[in-house]
Amino acid sequence: MSNTDFVLAIEDLTVSFDGFKAIDALTLYVDRGELRVIIGPNGAGKTTLLDLICGKTKASAGSIKFKNQEMTRLAEHKIVRAGVGRKFQTPSIYENLSVFKNLEVSFPRGRSVLGALGFRCTDEVKERVQSVATEIGLADALDTEAGLLSHGQKQWLEIGMLLMQEPELLMLDEPIAGMSVRERELTADLLQRICKGRSVIVIEHDMDFVKRIAHKVTVMHQGKILAEGSMEKVQADPKVIDVYLGH
Amino acid sequence: MDAFKSWIARSGTGSILLLALLIVVVFPLTMDIFRLNLVGKYLTYAFVAVGLVMLWGYGGILSLGQGVFFGLGGYMMAMFLKLEASDPEATKIQSTPGIPDFMDWNQLTELPLWWEPFRHLPLALIAVVAVPMVLAFIISFAMFKRRVGGVYFAIITQAVALILTVLIIGQQGYTGGVNGITDLRTLLGWDIRSDSAKYVLYFVNAGLLIGVIALCRWIQMSKLGTLLLAMRDKEDRVRFSGYDVAMFKVFAFVLAAGISAIGGAMFTLQVGFMSPSFVGIVPSIEMVIFAAVGGRMSLVGAVYGALLVNFGKTYFSESAPDLWLFLMAALFIGVVLAFPNGLAGLYESHVKPWFARRKAPKAAPAAVEPPAAPPPSPSQKSAPPAALPGGVQGQSA
Ligand SMILES: Nc1ncnc2c1ncn2[C@@H]1O[C@H](COP(=O)(O)OP(=O)(O)OP(=O)(O)O)[C@@H](O)[C@H]1O
Ligand SMILES: [Mg+2]
Repeated sequence: MSNTDFVLAIEDLTVSFDGFKAIDALTLYVDRGELRVIIGPNGAGKTTLLDLICGKTKASAGSIKFKNQEMTRLAEHKIVRAGVGRKFQTPSIYENLSVFKNLEVSFPRGRSVLGALGFRCTDEVKERVQSVATEIGLADALDTEAGLLSHGQKQWLEIGMLLMQEPELLMLDEPIAGMSVRERELTADLLQRICKGRSVIVIEHDMDFVKRIAHKVTVMHQGKILAEGSMEKVQADPKVIDVYLGH
Repeated sequence: MDAFKSWIARSGTGSILLLALLIVVVFPLTMDIFRLNLVGKYLTYAFVAVGLVMLWGYGGILSLGQGVFFGLGGYMMAMFLKLEASDPEATKIQSTPGIPDFMDWNQLTELPLWWEPFRHLPLALIAVVAVPMVLAFIISFAMFKRRVGGVYFAIITQAVALILTVLIIGQQGYTGGVNGITDLRTLLGWDIRSDSAKYVLYFVNAGLLIGVIALCRWIQMSKLGTLLLAMRDKEDRVRFSGYDVAMFKVFAFVLAAGISAIGGAMFTLQVGFMSPSFVGIVPSIEMVIFAAVGGRMSLVGAVYGALLVNFGKTYFSESAPDLWLFLMAALFIGVVLAFPNGLAGLYESHVKPWFARRKAPKAAPAAVEPPAAPPPSPSQKSAPPAALPGGVQGQSA
């Protein structure tokens, strides 16, 4: 397929689990600097789509191009190194390590075995940790054991760990699940800040939140795309109201 | 000065120095050479336990086949010593003089080609660590790249231990079979059976062990150590932070294999033989028990674990040999259930806070001991008082 200007170009992507097509000939393009929200009923295949992009699940057919580079056959860590960061649906942080260590380990240097042995926590690293910690509101908690953080703070920490890697494409699976109203507002602000200079894909169920952050919304249903466009357009779409927003 | 002190505390240098003092000064001063040699033998097992702390404690990878690497290291050393003991003069009554006796008994008429490198000490010493590490690399690369882990990996390591045992016993003419390689005498003409040699070997062994522990401590404090802990906790998060998780596991496995092999070679030198009984499943599991008893997160704990369990074994297997196996199984289950962090964990949770409380009243001598002394640091978790050992319990209230 020809080269495009899109940061992410997914074409005819299919994956089947024992004959069940969780993603079915899906085509999706994401622009540079765009914040895309994917919504859809439970089991629509949203998480599976992120799994495919980041290499956790291997595609049965189709292509995923990140900056015109084919991703479907790359190993997971190579996809990350190419510039794709992914946050999991449940907060996935190193509970036994301090917030500082969690961020430090995510710094994209010393990623090979020997590199990790020779890695030194230089001033540059410390400054990065400090600035990311400030960004996610955890600057005062650097020495705290990550397992002791509140649920919302854990979600932020994981976002911070991704920011340490400066990914060009950031994918967040339900980042505000389990957050208080105040935390949701802070997260919305955070997302608006971090989507400057990179593309972000967010999966979310909370419609108020989606309205606040989305540039463009994609509605998924049964592994396919049901509708795509601005929030107003999608909300007015009778098919979408029927399968998702109606209840 | 304070920065230096805090570095000492963080790096655990204090506990390593204490261990060094014990095995390099106290033991040699208080024991005769027979006992010291026995302790030296136990300390060779401690290498394996230290390797398991890195592999199992830090990396979260349980291997039930570390005897393979201990044994291979020992065999590599034994092959060199055996060739030296089999010079044509000493073996002139054999039908083929100049080859190891067990080969002659098995109707071999010349030295197999793959034994040839073991005529040279430097090559043999390289083989001591290289052969086990290469084998460990092949096994772990094949397994971890395929994402085989946990119990499945542990079973694979057991299978390897079994295969190697069967191979060694079956290929009698090449390996010495079930008896192993025995009757080792000299190292470059230096009689390793003499008391003076035993002293020297004990100190070499102790020095190597301390060196290996320091190396492991350094690795633990590097980013690689942090990554091992992180992988144990959230493997996928590490993978999706751009790390090739499999290679870090391979590193931990190869490191543990190399360390075990050094222990094996020192065993051969100090005890004077090597046999398949150190390769198989049972010794491999015993070595896991040493690490578990000592505390699988503590490098020095692993050494104390190896010493303690082996003293116990020597004591009980003389008085009640049948009972020992049951006792050891009970010890293992007990430790895993009640003290998952072993002796080192007990020390951290009970002895240390007790010392801290003893120190605290000095600051306010007039004060009556407070009913509940504050924990010394926020990271210290309070443990159930029921688990206090007798000696400490009396002091803690
Ligand atoms: N590894 C797998 N093997 C078999 N079926 C799977 C696998 N992963 C996902 N599925 C199925 O694929 C479908 C899509 O699941 P997915 O987790 O992507 O949904 P989702 O849109 O993220 O839902 P939710 O909103 O609940 O998170 C579900 O029916 C699920 O059961
Ligand atoms: Mg999901």
